[in-house]
Amino acid sequence: MNSLAKIKHLYARAGFGLNVDKLAQYQKLSVKHAVDELFKSSDFSQPLSLLTANQTYQMADRADKTDTLTRKMFLQEQRQQEKDLNLAWLNQMSSTEAVLREKMVLFWHNHFACRTQNPWYAQQLNNIQRDNALGNFKTLLLQVSQSPAMLQFLNNQQNRKGHPNENFARELMELFTIGRGNYTEQDIKESARAFTGWGFNNNGEFVMRAGQHDEGSKTFMGQSGNFKGEDIIDILLQKKQTAVFICTKLYRYLVNDTPDKTHVNAMADLLYNGNYELSPVLKYIFTADWFYAPANVGNLIKSPIDLIVGLNRQFYITYNNPEVMMQFERALGQVLFYPPNVAGWPGGKNWIDSSSLMYRLKIPSTVLNNGIIDFHGKADPEDEALLAGMPNRKQVKTQAQSTADWDKFLAGIPKGATKEQVAEVLLSPEVNSNLKSVIVQSGSIKSMVVELVSTPEYQLC
Amino acid sequence: MKRRDFLKSSALASGVFLIPSFLKPFEAMASNELSGFKNLVIIQLSGGNDGLNTIVPYGNDVYYQKRKTIAIKQPDLIKLNDLQALNPNLAALKELYDQGWMSIINSVGYPNPDRSHFRSMDIWQTASASDQFLTTGWIGRYLDANCAVNKNPYTAVEVDDTLSLALKGSKMKGIAVQNPGKLYSNTREPFFKELVNEHNDNLNEDNLGYLYKTMIETYSSADYIQQTSKTYQTKAEYPQTGFANQLKSVAKFINSGLKTRVYYVSLSGFDTHTTQINQQGRQLKVYGEGVAAFIKDLKQTGRLDDTLVMTFSEFGRRVEQNASDGTDHGTANNVMLFGGKLNKQGIYNNAPDLTQLDNGDLKYEIDFRNIYATLLDKWLNVNNSTVLNSGFRAMDFV
Repeated sequence: MNSLAKIKHLYARAGFGLNVDKLAQYQKLSVKHAVDELFKSSDFSQPLSLLTANQTYQMADRADKTDTLTRKMFLQEQRQQEKDLNLAWLNQMSSTEAVLREKMVLFWHNHFACRTQNPWYAQQLNNIQRDNALGNFKTLLLQVSQSPAMLQFLNNQQNRKGHPNENFARELMELFTIGRGNYTEQDIKESARAFTGWGFNNNGEFVMRAGQHDEGSKTFMGQSGNFKGEDIIDILLQKKQTAVFICTKLYRYLVNDTPDKTHVNAMADLLYNGNYELSPVLKYIFTADWFYAPANVGNLIKSPIDLIVGLNRQFYITYNNPEVMMQFERALGQVLFYPPNVAGWPGGKNWIDSSSLMYRLKIPSTVLNNGIIDFHGKADPEDEALLAGMPNRKQVKTQAQSTADWDKFLAGIPKGATKEQVAEVLLSPEVNSNLKSVIVQSGSIKSMVVELVSTPEYQLC
Repeated sequence: MKRRDFLKSSALASGVFLIPSFLKPFEAMASNELSGFKNLVIIQLSGGNDGLNTIVPYGNDVYYQKRKTIAIKQPDLIKLNDLQALNPNLAALKELYDQGWMSIINSVGYPNPDRSHFRSMDIWQTASASDQFLTTGWIGRYLDANCAVNKNPYTAVEVDDTLSLALKGSKMKGIAVQNPGKLYSNTREPFFKELVNEHNDNLNEDNLGYLYKTMIETYSSADYIQQTSKTYQTKAEYPQTGFANQLKSVAKFINSGLKTRVYYVSLSGFDTHTTQINQQGRQLKVYGEGVAAFIKDLKQTGRLDDTLVMTFSEFGRRVEQNASDGTDHGTANNVMLFGGKLNKQGIYNNAPDLTQLDNGDLKYEIDFRNIYATLLDKWLNVNNSTVLNSGFRAMDFV
């Protein structure tokens, strides 16, 4: 594999794909330099700043909840903010230079899967995941655990001395740190007591409600003491298994659906011995020989967000009505901020079924051609209250209202580049004989591109 | 149509029909095979349908005490026995009830109920415990368990434009078909056809192979569904609603002899926190009239004995109404069954207990997984423990 092919693979995994206009620049770059540049462009964390205050709380406080009209308006306003937030993030992913950071925000968004009806809290959690995306896992974990969104979602606001609520403690171990099979029911009970009193106030700030904290001694994973929540997190991070658990997920996200034990263990050593600093582990992956082995190239199924964002970036798409992107999210099964449950989107082959695959094959050409969208995708169960108030919902066909900047795309192709070289930038898997015939038969670069983005190969990264 | 037209076509144009050589021609079942081919139809009411205003426990004073403004007055109700009655908007179901084609199971739920829509729906669709997260649905696992016999995605069909988790297994998945003609023409896009034709053999077991396998299965399933059902003429009358149309499609599939075991249909709009009477009434009318038309259609075509319909919602609602003439999220709920071969017709078990509550909510008496176990064991003929992981005892409603 030449270094350009490696850099293409790097950008497919650590970002949302390589743009054609980068070809000339990267032709001369070594992989090491490309990795350095990748990290450098993600140095800065640009927060989402759509919402500036806890409006949901203010509205909820003001609104007379018994009044139907007020309640309806309140719900609609909240729903609009959720949409705006979703689109703001999509837009950031589609336009930022900090691709590695956003790619990792998407990873943490799924790892710490959370739902909240308060868009301000959702934005706050998303920004925590962004600030710490490449930083320290312990800091990230602590900040996520103390965010109103998560405290609310996993019922820690109701976790009080004498009336422990075990929801947070259970998910902390099962999904966030050490994984199933590495703790007992008793560990859950004891650690839930340590988190009693953790809550948040109306300004969206973490508060330790001392009066509700259980000061008694707890026995957790063989250690006893008057543990607080922070102590439980420390004990969990002292277990090597936590590093293995996190690295297994990272490996599946960045390398291969099937974890390789040797590689994962090497990553886990680095994470564990480096006090849970994330960047060294990521750098290790992206510079490892095995990362570029043929078995690990072009074999991951893009998430719907990867697909949409990659398309937006590679073809400089603008949308007159950006909400169509949410229609794509629904049809393909990944609506940002709406994970299916606290375990997140399962990913991999789970993205694919007959209908989602047909949409995946069709959406790229629809976007590139400003085609007709004739599907809705299911409403999220949480939208039922809004739906209940809308008696006449019709299926409508809408135009994508999207514009690809073909001039920019075509101008970005280096002089003398062949059609096959362009195809290689767009597709991660090897260009096989079938695709070669597509390339040869196509009349122009543009028609070739539209066909290539409509192949199953384009679904892979 | 030339391939380069792909570039221009905005909507998916319908292509010319060509059966690729590797796809065997399919045939619908002959009429003698048809009889005895059992199918299950699942109707999901999304949003948490208020079971207490659906099958109304009018014989219990507590109902009227707790629901001052939204209780349905006795003269308006359609009484089933001296305790329970149908919401007047379900009038169309009375005939089915009287014929012995309807059964109502009260107080269905699960331990440690979750009151969030998405989580509770997830639990019902995956048949998980409330502290367990599964990535496959229960119908999907039925497909997995049964894949030696039924290899095709159309073994489970959802009449919708996207596929619910319920129908996704780890090895096999069902197929979403809103409109067979549209699905067919989507897959016959000339460029797609070309891709399918080029990949007719030796698919690798990697993700790319999986994508092509899914594409080819979709291609051939779309063909099978379209060719099998397109000539069937529905004779029965259906109401002009989206929901009735979906059931009409299901009936068409059943009557035309599609080899589908499970059909899945949803109706939305049951999250009635405010002004419930009108909102729920409207949806129940759509539901009741649609189901009545469907059942009568199948009776007419002789397929009712082979069909079992189950209706559920992710949860019921609180016993006491709220201050906005609506109800908030609750727990246990009723499940409605329809079919020509019900073992226990009418009301299956005791009316819900409105006094022994769990924090203001109904306590469940029957775990929904016992209902699933019954459907799997006695209707779909697979051992429920292969699907539900731990064995659940089957009930005797079929």
